Amino acid sequence: MFELIGVTPQALFGQLLLGLINGSFYAMLSLGLAIIFGLLNIINFTHGAQYMMGAFVAWMLLKFLGLNYWWALILAPVIVGATGVLIERFLISRLYNLDHLYGLLLTFGLALIIQGVFRNQYGSSGLPYEIPEILQGGHNLGFMFLPNYRGWVVVFSLVVCIATWLVIEKTRLGAYLRAATENATLVGAFGVNVPRLITLTYGFGVGLAALAGVLAAPIYSVNPNMGADLIIVVFAVVVIGGMGSILGSILTGFGLGLVEGLTKVFYPEAAATVIFIIMVIVLLIKPAGLFGRTA
Amino acid sequence: MSMPAETLDDKAGGAALSTAPASSRRLHVAIFAATAILVLAAPWMVYPVFAMKVLCFALFACAFNLLLGYGGLLSFGHAMFFGLAAYVSAHLAKVGAFTLSFGRFGAFEVALPPLTPELAILCGTAVAALLGLGVGLLAIRRQGIYFAMITLAIAQMIYFFSLQAPFTGGEDGIQAVPRGELFGVLPLSSDINLYYVVAAIFMGGLLLIYRIVHSPFGQVLRAIRDNEQRAISLGYDVNRYKLMVFTLSATLAGLAGATKAIVFQLASLSDVHWTMSGEVVLMTLVGGMGTIFGPIIGALVIVSMQNYLAFIGAWVSVVQGCIFVLCVLLFREGIVGVIAKWLRRPL
Amino acid sequence: MLIKRILLVTAALMTATAAHSETAVKIGVLTDMSGTYSDLAGPGSVWAANKAVKDFGAAAKGMKVEVISADHQNKGDIASGIARRWYDTENVNVVVDLVTSSTALAVNEVAKEKNKVALVSGAASSEITGGKCNANTLHWTYDTYSLANGTGNAIVKTGGDSWFFVTADYAFGQALERDTSAVVTANGGKVLGSVKHPFPAQDFSSYLLQAQGSGAKIIGLANAGADTTNAIKQASEFGIVQAGQNLAGLLVFITDVHALGLKTAQGLIFTEAWYWDMNDANRAFAKEYAAANNGKYPTMVHAGVYSSVMHYLKAVEALKSAGDGGAIVAKMKEMPTEDALFGKGSVREDGRKIHDMYLFEVKKPDESKAPWDYYKLRATIPAAEAWRPLAQSTCSLVKK
Repeated sequence: MFELIGVTPQALFGQLLLGLINGSFYAMLSLGLAIIFGLLNIINFTHGAQYMMGAFVAWMLLKFLGLNYWWALILAPVIVGATGVLIERFLISRLYNLDHLYGLLLTFGLALIIQGVFRNQYGSSGLPYEIPEILQGGHNLGFMFLPNYRGWVVVFSLVVCIATWLVIEKTRLGAYLRAATENATLVGAFGVNVPRLITLTYGFGVGLAALAGVLAAPIYSVNPNMGADLIIVVFAVVVIGGMGSILGSILTGFGLGLVEGLTKVFYPEAAATVIFIIMVIVLLIKPAGLFGRTA
Repeated sequence: MSMPAETLDDKAGGAALSTAPASSRRLHVAIFAATAILVLAAPWMVYPVFAMKVLCFALFACAFNLLLGYGGLLSFGHAMFFGLAAYVSAHLAKVGAFTLSFGRFGAFEVALPPLTPELAILCGTAVAALLGLGVGLLAIRRQGIYFAMITLAIAQMIYFFSLQAPFTGGEDGIQAVPRGELFGVLPLSSDINLYYVVAAIFMGGLLLIYRIVHSPFGQVLRAIRDNEQRAISLGYDVNRYKLMVFTLSATLAGLAGATKAIVFQLASLSDVHWTMSGEVVLMTLVGGMGTIFGPIIGALVIVSMQNYLAFIGAWVSVVQGCIFVLCVLLFREGIVGVIAKWLRRPL
Repeated sequence: MLIKRILLVTAALMTATAAHSETAVKIGVLTDMSGTYSDLAGPGSVWAANKAVKDFGAAAKGMKVEVISADHQNKGDIASGIARRWYDTENVNVVVDLVTSSTALAVNEVAKEKNKVALVSGAASSEITGGKCNANTLHWTYDTYSLANGTGNAIVKTGGDSWFFVTADYAFGQALERDTSAVVTANGGKVLGSVKHPFPAQDFSSYLLQAQGSGAKIIGLANAGADTTNAIKQASEFGIVQAGQNLAGLLVFITDVHALGLKTAQGLIFTEAWYWDMNDANRAFAKEYAAANNGKYPTMVHAGVYSSVMHYLKAVEALKSAGDGGAIVAKMKEMPTEDALFGKGSVREDGRKIHDMYLFEVKKPDESKAPWDYYKLRATIPAAEAWRPLAQSTCSLVKK
């Protein structure tokens, strides 16, 4: 069968696996966007910049404090999440009684500022960040050589995504969150501190972006522009999945990574656009998105 | 779902007054006259190429504002119309011939000589209109934030197309586009001649937008913007109106882009990049969305800033980001919006 | 308010025009001051232009030379706008550097229209002295043809006779792939295939996987900047070099090697026009450069800016005026070139500066003795063989 379509099984499985790795980044980023959107009703355009900040903080921790990758994995999301908390507290919170589009414009402006400052400080050529010692090397899977680090990325982001989903679906905190997403006023009336819930949610979503950034740092060079174009792809992922469900955004993220991998096998020229094309098709057939609830 | 307390449009410089009373109309005529005089005199006061750049971007911003300020639709991908029209107009003015390729189904070649500038601009505009119709059909299926993200994503597709299509010259863009002769007679290589052509296009575009806004069509648009459900219950085919205003806005954005390609003799990737979409939003926001004259002021401010702050290099994007944040937090009416509020007249 | 300011600026410019004297020269360094290429060109190019003016001894020769600079942000329209303004209203006589082809091709048109001079050092496209050449533009440091030729030739001759290309999917990448493929096949090598990646790309794993599957001995990277460094970094992650295939970078600068680190970049083979550690003059230049630029070392682009400004000033001195751009360029083609960094050379009728090119290999970490001690010289490609023969030229200035 494989011979019929002119693609060896090695190439096919290899690209699918690589697609899964890219999918883990899409999943983590679109998950963060979906959580933020659910409660704050804004699209966080700064998400790409915060992903980039995650990678940079990892690099700085190593360079200035000598703290390695494992520390960065814990500290970078906390640090970047904290800046997110400040942004929400002092800027975004002023916009809640306005049209949601103002949130988009504000976060777009913030993204320009953050990326511009990093570009001025560190240039655009990118900074090196080594893969941690114990994850170097790789395994020969027969159909491809899988670097250990890439395997780690898939496993780790799957764990993070599932843990996030469990927290939201199964814990009391998650129940507050889901309830506040439905009706914030009512939840507030039950004595839940909704503004604080909102702030922490934004901080958590941003932290997820930063975590993805730390994961990306050893693979891609740490570069001020690394999130700028990625965020647009993630937007398309979010439109395709619909932002109604947490699980939906995780599945769409991984799924589209696989589709992109397949495209690279069969028609590499379209690899950059395939997600946008799928978005168009989904809009024609199911405007609310694959997992979306019709508004 | 509860209605947000303040919509984009309440801040739109008092434009909630749906009909312009006679006194407002007189004021508008006066402003139009003043604009015309300024536009006529500009090339004698400033470097004409700079003035032309301001006019092209002012038209682009006005076209964008027609959609955002009066239609209530935030497109984050308007650079696709601007940039694609620039490519088409540049290509037709420089080369002329083009090939429509249908992949394995063969190709259809049109052997044209290089077109005169006015035809090139017209064709560029027409392509933007078609693209606007297509994108509009898709994008109006969703509202609000989704609408913005969809336009952004489709614009990114057009960006990749522009990067890979053979006729666009990829990274290099289309260079050395001849300015040619208007109607085959008037040479446009002189900056002053070209300036007055651009000025005419700009004034024409501005008057057209004014007409659209103050027509019955424009009133329905504002009704939809202010309360879509009510407009639907009144029996308006809301989607048709949205599609029309989207296409009109795309067409005028295309006109601006096609003209810009002739002025700068260049069409390049920066015209289709999302940063350009962001810039036009910024111009409109600074000048005052939902005002007729705001985007012109906004374009003047932003283009001058880019021009005179070129020495700070990449800090320009930081400054733009700061202006975005400040406008959204403190200055949602924009410059002209504030003046309009002060005069208690829509501008 | 604004209008008033603009008027003031215009008035100031007009006064400047009036004060313009015969021997005044104004050099505009138009480059990427803040983006991807700011390390390999950027502020360093401004420094190099100033250094050339100083070494030339302009003041002692009765010339008043001023150097100004601006950031074109790698965008053709911004570049042509600035160049237009410089030539029209600020009395700039010559624009130098012009990193990235889109800006170079945009400005060379403006230079021609205004009869001024453009000296390209940073850009790569061989079109600048090919189909899009003109009598006001010179291309100084390197071009896609010489890179493809140097790298392709040398590698095939040392046994790397089967190639697979990973190509950036736009004009520049395609030109590099095309030129290199031609060189490879002309030398008896084989091109097994190629894969195009979007530009810019972050993830190269799937393209590298295809390159690995092809079984080619050499994987040619027909891209530049962050794309190249990312590809090299990921190739090392996937153990491609360890598994026996070799990477050939078709456009690599020393700043890229620095960003990668020797551990990742070791063994990479590529062509450049200049390296700081080749002779005493270069080392002296580099030492002074590093002292003035936060310890960074100069690239071939910086050296090219220095050399081109030096030669330009000699031509102006000979003609005693910087007014007629076409005449100066003609003079520059007539005079042989000589400066501390590039030695003796010449400028061809199509605007191509002719000098030797060098094939380098990146050192292993234990071979590097000092900071920025990165290259081993593998071969020198003599000037006569390095550049596209005039017989193949599509430039209208070439008489056939």
